[in-house]
Amino acid sequence: MDPIIDIRGLSLAYERDGIRNVILSDLDLAIARGEFVVIVGESGVGKSTVLRVLIGLAEPSGGTVRLATREGCRTPMALVFQDARLLPWRRVIANVAFGLEGSGLSKAQRLAKAQEMLILVGLGDLGQRWPHQLSGGQRQRVAIARALAVDPDVLLMDEPFSALDSFTREGLQDELQRIQATTGKTILFVTHDIDEAVTLADRVVVLAGSPGRVAADMTIDVPRPRLRRDTALTDAARMLRAELSGRSAEL
Amino acid sequence: MSSLRAPALAAFGLIAFLLFWEAMPRLGLINPAFLPPPSTIPAAFLNEIRLGVWGEAVWSSLSHYLVGLVVGAGAGIALGIVVGMFRGFEALTAWIVRLLRPIPGLAWVPFAIIWFGVQPSAAVFIIAIGVFWIVFFATQGAVRGVDRDLIEVAQAFGFRSAWSRLTKILLPAATPGILVGLRTALGQAWMAVVAAEIFGVPGVGARMMQASSLLSTDIVVVYMLTMAGLYGLFDTGFVALQGWLLRWRA
Repeated sequence: MDPIIDIRGLSLAYERDGIRNVILSDLDLAIARGEFVVIVGESGVGKSTVLRVLIGLAEPSGGTVRLATREGCRTPMALVFQDARLLPWRRVIANVAFGLEGSGLSKAQRLAKAQEMLILVGLGDLGQRWPHQLSGGQRQRVAIARALAVDPDVLLMDEPFSALDSFTREGLQDELQRIQATTGKTILFVTHDIDEAVTLADRVVVLAGSPGRVAADMTIDVPRPRLRRDTALTDAARMLRAELSGRSAEL
Repeated sequence: MSSLRAPALAAFGLIAFLLFWEAMPRLGLINPAFLPPPSTIPAAFLNEIRLGVWGEAVWSSLSHYLVGLVVGAGAGIALGIVVGMFRGFEALTAWIVRLLRPIPGLAWVPFAIIWFGVQPSAAVFIIAIGVFWIVFFATQGAVRGVDRDLIEVAQAFGFRSAWSRLTKILLPAATPGILVGLRTALGQAWMAVVAAEIFGVPGVGARMMQASSLLSTDIVVVYMLTMAGLYGLFDTGFVALQGWLLRWRA
């Protein structure tokens, strides 16, 4: 089957104060429908930039991105940012309904859809709260619900749990796996946390170097639901660490 | 009860102030024609009401105030948004703003009279100019200060036109800053009302000038207190509205 996302030779460079910064150069990445792909790599390697190009927040300077998403879909992809970025002047439910405005749905339909998503992320009772009344983990759940509400073909997640405490983070990792099992969404997830990567991914892609390229591509063949500290996962994490440290030793 | 101490002190201070004011003319330290004792004010107030002058003056001043406020604030918000959103427009207007900004509202009085005559529209014009600049700068600053991250959220969800950026992000995010400007303008506009009416447009300011030329200083004081009361009323109402509009804030 055709990959849902097919990135070929992607590069991105910009010039500032006469200095040319190359973020990505000649990056190839294909993602299959329904696949959970995690991109890992050090800070500044261009992980987030890949997501920003896909969602249209950054303009690539070269290469092609072929999408096999639904025809005519207004929001084939949705992005969950590192910080929740809820709109503070909207109640929780209106934040979740945000992306549905302009979709042709009536207000009642939008709110019904938003409520459905809030229930999916376990916050069915908090729709009438203001964002400032939520905890960090709850805010990030709302951001996930907001992204899922537009029913995207691909869910892009940019270090969505990195600002949370470890209890909340592990809880949300489990939650996200459950959500993916329920919705069957293709997920492209960026993190710098190796344990998080192996816990979540069907496939881990290592981005390394400057400019960033795909340095390794590793399938995590561990059945779900996954148990944390499963030896298969810790082995995979060890291999990934070796891969990453080997790369940085080369640089 | 310490929670009652501050109001009690405030009441005491006000009473002491009134007693001092009452004593000055009564003890002959000041000519009562120059400073009427406060005890004569209620009678003067009732008399103004009985003559129907008070209601008429307040009504016309309020109409100048409100129309001037709406016109000035409307123009200030609209232009502030455009200049805040588009760099090109900011550059285009930068020197015009520099040229016109320092001109005090009252310096426009000669033109107000030439263009509008001694008419309510002249007062509205003077008031609107003062309000415009305050609201314009507040709006421009608030729009420019909107968190880029939130604008990205709109873009990421496919809202890429200037109009949807404005309605979905910029306007709600800039509302707190715009409201601060509006509240300042609310006070500024009251000053402009008196100033605008002193050159003859009927209203509170005109009535004060009339009374002062007859040395009816008690009537002057009646209108000074009237303005203080009306301003307090508007400000309280505005703060309540502001609190409701910004109820989403922590």
